[in-house]
Amino acid sequence: MSVTNLVSIFLAAILTNNYVLSKFLGICPFLGVSKKLDTATSMSAAVIVVMVIATAVTWPIQTFILDRFGIGYLQTIVFILIIAALVQFIESFMKKNMPPLYRALGVYLPLITTNCAVLGVTTLNIDSGYSYAESLINAAGSGFGFLVAMVLFAGVRGRLETANIPKTLQGLPITLVSASIVACSFLGFNGLVDGIFK
Amino acid sequence: MAKKEKTIKEVFFSGWVKENPVLRLVLGTCPTLAVTTQAVNGIGMGVAATLVLLGSNIVISLLRNIIPDKVRIPAFITVIAGFVTIVQMLVKAFVPTLDAALGIFLPLIVVNCIILGRAESFASKNKVIPSIFDALGMGIGFTIALFCMGSIREIIGNGTWMGFTINPGTVIQPMLILILPPGGFFVFGMLVALFNRIAEGKGKEPATLSCCNCPAADVCRKAAEGGNE
Repeated sequence: MSVTNLVSIFLAAILTNNYVLSKFLGICPFLGVSKKLDTATSMSAAVIVVMVIATAVTWPIQTFILDRFGIGYLQTIVFILIIAALVQFIESFMKKNMPPLYRALGVYLPLITTNCAVLGVTTLNIDSGYSYAESLINAAGSGFGFLVAMVLFAGVRGRLETANIPKTLQGLPITLVSASIVACSFLGFNGLVDGIFK
Repeated sequence: MAKKEKTIKEVFFSGWVKENPVLRLVLGTCPTLAVTTQAVNGIGMGVAATLVLLGSNIVISLLRNIIPDKVRIPAFITVIAGFVTIVQMLVKAFVPTLDAALGIFLPLIVVNCIILGRAESFASKNKVIPSIFDALGMGIGFTIALFCMGSIREIIGNGTWMGFTINPGTVIQPMLILILPPGGFFVFGMLVALFNRIAEGKGKEPATLSCCNCPAADVCRKAAEGGNE
């Protein structure tokens, strides 16, 4: 496990395997909360926090409890319950100890429980056979990838507000079509990470 | 959602087109976009989700008077996760190719908002028999939507359909972009536009991402409005 390896995992999670635009995880918040730049940023910040903490907790549990006792099939149940409990815990902790942060991120936390990106990243870390450090880096990278996609898309949607759109396409359809174009731009990163590091 | 009593037939058929979970209620978008590179995968995902939905709706409907209101969401998630694990094991054992194709999205059925949404808005308020038909209707609607998406993307993007070659690529090359991620967003957008057009003709509201059946709807709306309580 070298530093380049970690950097390549981090970059891959942001650019080539972007969670929203190429793996389709966390589409609901991507479409729902990306109307304004500041809400998009706060939501993504909350996602980064939860993703990293969830990975930090679930990886040891999978490795030292579920795998050791041969009950790996309980992964889905255990992970979703851990994430739900963790989000509750983070929310109460923030409310008590970090009120300014809570005011900024608090409303987004309950949304994250049912965000498939968080369960997705914890499960994918196990499936890809990452070590603990690699898993944490991958989680952070995926969170940042989510941030990048949200911020880019919030900008695009800002322009859409004033555009003249055919009636049938107004609202959700045009949002999806512009998401398609943003996803197109991310196709350009294909092979970038492999090209640099391998 | 305030709605009047429906007959079982209405409950069953409303999910097919009129209240199609994907194209009208805009729920479960992640698997819709991700697994529909082939029509077969769409059917597989649809059937898997229907099985989970059926099981969770039955159990949650039976337990609806026992589960305390405050912890209902965690309780629902636990029930759903149990059924997802069962379906996951069945698929792994009997259709390993489907397991490989769906990958991460098979365990992710647990956070599919269609299932939690139906548990919250239907099964927790209705008797078992209507809940069964609701689950079947919604599941079929989900499968129909995935199958349409999958068919369009596979025929145009790859020139094949359900194992047959439709377009051998001698005259027109298959447009690969449709089975890549951008194509998923594009086809979904166009299908929603089509459904909006039809709904408009019948004097109904266009589909919006209001998630009226999503359990996180209130929070989501608050967040979307800028997070001020």
